[in-house]
Amino acid sequence: MTPVLEARNLKRDYHIPGSLLKKGKTVHAVKGVSFKVEQGKTLSIVGESGCGKSTLARMVTMIDPVTSGEMLIDGQKVDIAAEPLSSDMRSKVQIVFQNPYGSLNPRKKIGDILTEPLIINTKIPAAERRDRAMAMLKKVGLEEKHYSRYPHMFSGGQRQRVAIARALMLNPRLLVLDEPVSALDLSVQAQVLNLLADLQEEFHLTYVFISHDLSVVRHISDDVMVMYFGEAVEYGSRDQVFNDPQHSYTKTLFAATPRVDVEAIKARLERRKRA
Amino acid sequence: MTVIESKAADPKLAEGKAPPSGLSEFWFYFSRNKGAVIGLVIFLIILFVAIFAPFVAPHSPSVQNRDMLLVPPVWQAGGNWGHILGTDAVGRDILSRLIYGARFSLFIGLVVVTLSVISGVLIGLVAGYFRGRVDTFIMRIMDIILAFPSLLLALVLVAVLGPGLLNAMIAISLVNQPHFVRLTRAAVMTERTKDYVVGSKVAGAGTLRLMFLTILPNCLAPLIVQATLAFSAAILDAAALGFLGMGAQPPTPEWGTMLAEAREFIQRAWWVVTFPGLAILITVLAINLMGDGLRDALDPKLKRS
Repeated sequence: MTPVLEARNLKRDYHIPGSLLKKGKTVHAVKGVSFKVEQGKTLSIVGESGCGKSTLARMVTMIDPVTSGEMLIDGQKVDIAAEPLSSDMRSKVQIVFQNPYGSLNPRKKIGDILTEPLIINTKIPAAERRDRAMAMLKKVGLEEKHYSRYPHMFSGGQRQRVAIARALMLNPRLLVLDEPVSALDLSVQAQVLNLLADLQEEFHLTYVFISHDLSVVRHISDDVMVMYFGEAVEYGSRDQVFNDPQHSYTKTLFAATPRVDVEAIKARLERRKRA
Repeated sequence: MTVIESKAADPKLAEGKAPPSGLSEFWFYFSRNKGAVIGLVIFLIILFVAIFAPFVAPHSPSVQNRDMLLVPPVWQAGGNWGHILGTDAVGRDILSRLIYGARFSLFIGLVVVTLSVISGVLIGLVAGYFRGRVDTFIMRIMDIILAFPSLLLALVLVAVLGPGLLNAMIAISLVNQPHFVRLTRAAVMTERTKDYVVGSKVAGAGTLRLMFLTILPNCLAPLIVQATLAFSAAILDAAALGFLGMGAQPPTPEWGTMLAEAREFIQRAWWVVTFPGLAILITVLAINLMGDGLRDALDPKLKRS
């Protein structure tokens, strides 16, 4: 079976133009990353801020072009620098952003936000668009009465549900989740994560889940990739990475996660007593 | 869900099923601003008077009554009910001239605002969206226009084009337009990188759709306020040009021109100068008040929900 997303040696450079006193320089944001994701699976990308996670997400979502390397979606090669995307390709990958307060157009009603992708990409008549948006609204746990409200009338968790609904309107194959829950409080995080899991099952979605929260990653992912300064330092199945980290950065990262199991607490108390 | 329930206190939203139509929703928010409603009422009165000037005005604006030179208003000694606000130096009824003058002022405001808003927003949108060299080029030109004192530039333009109301309007729109360019550009630049714009792009929206349907509506709030201010500024500028003899030419009953003609009577007959000035003041104030309410009503972020 061809993987939904396959990346071969992806690179992305940003060129900072020089000025009179400074020479221009090139920043390598992503330095050759390869991975693939099968349908219905979740790949988590973990790393500290500035390690290239979001750049990678923008490349996968085809917002920014790839500097070098190959990206295949459903076995088809994509390069937005070379040719404009077909709407078919566009609708295959959608994204959910980190900040639900900035990702919805404040001037549009929820209904218009949800139907916009259909208006752009399809020729579905207005009545059916409305029905589909209503159905999607219910799928993500909102109600019909929310259809004609503005984004500012919703809480963060509800907005993130709307953002997820919008991403799903085009029936994408791949959903890129760029830290979708890190702006939400804990109980809402769990709700949204469960929603994502339910939707994945229902639509056979493939997720690329970007996060710095290891407990969330452990909960949701099949495969894990750890990034460090633009490079993938660890890539493997979840259990493999979590149980047997190879790279020193991964080890530090796991050690930095607060642990709350009984053994760990006992050990900590023991240490404190001795000190 | 508690958030949503507390919103239900809002009478419009409590009805739930049928979403309020655009117009009634607009009025609901607009009418909460008392000043705006007063402004609107005054503006509508002026508009009505301007449109039906031939029926409302007691006299013709240009007929000179040689028996009645500089008659004071009705409540002063020597005033009469034939000329409620008195007459000017050649015996023309001031009230009638003001009523006809409203036509010119509103027309000037409308034309100037339309011209400068449309061109300014388009140029600003292009500059803010594409950035780079286009942006630099456009903004330097705007800086040059802004570097001149606005009235002086308008004066020079009118001097080149020839004095007259139409040329005055063109000159004023040109002078006003850089403000719109800057404002639009700044707003577009902040909106352009926001996630919802990127999201729209990911959904497949093209450049034009992004520019006009996604970004532009979110930049409108400051533009509306600026437009109403420009409307009143245009009336003022036209009055100033008229006062300097470069705008509407006599005997056109334009308010600024009226002021200019009455200059020499300030000491002897205060009413000849005061009433055109008051007319300008009231109109400008009403429009500014209205603009404030308009912004409140059109910006969903400011809506009390």
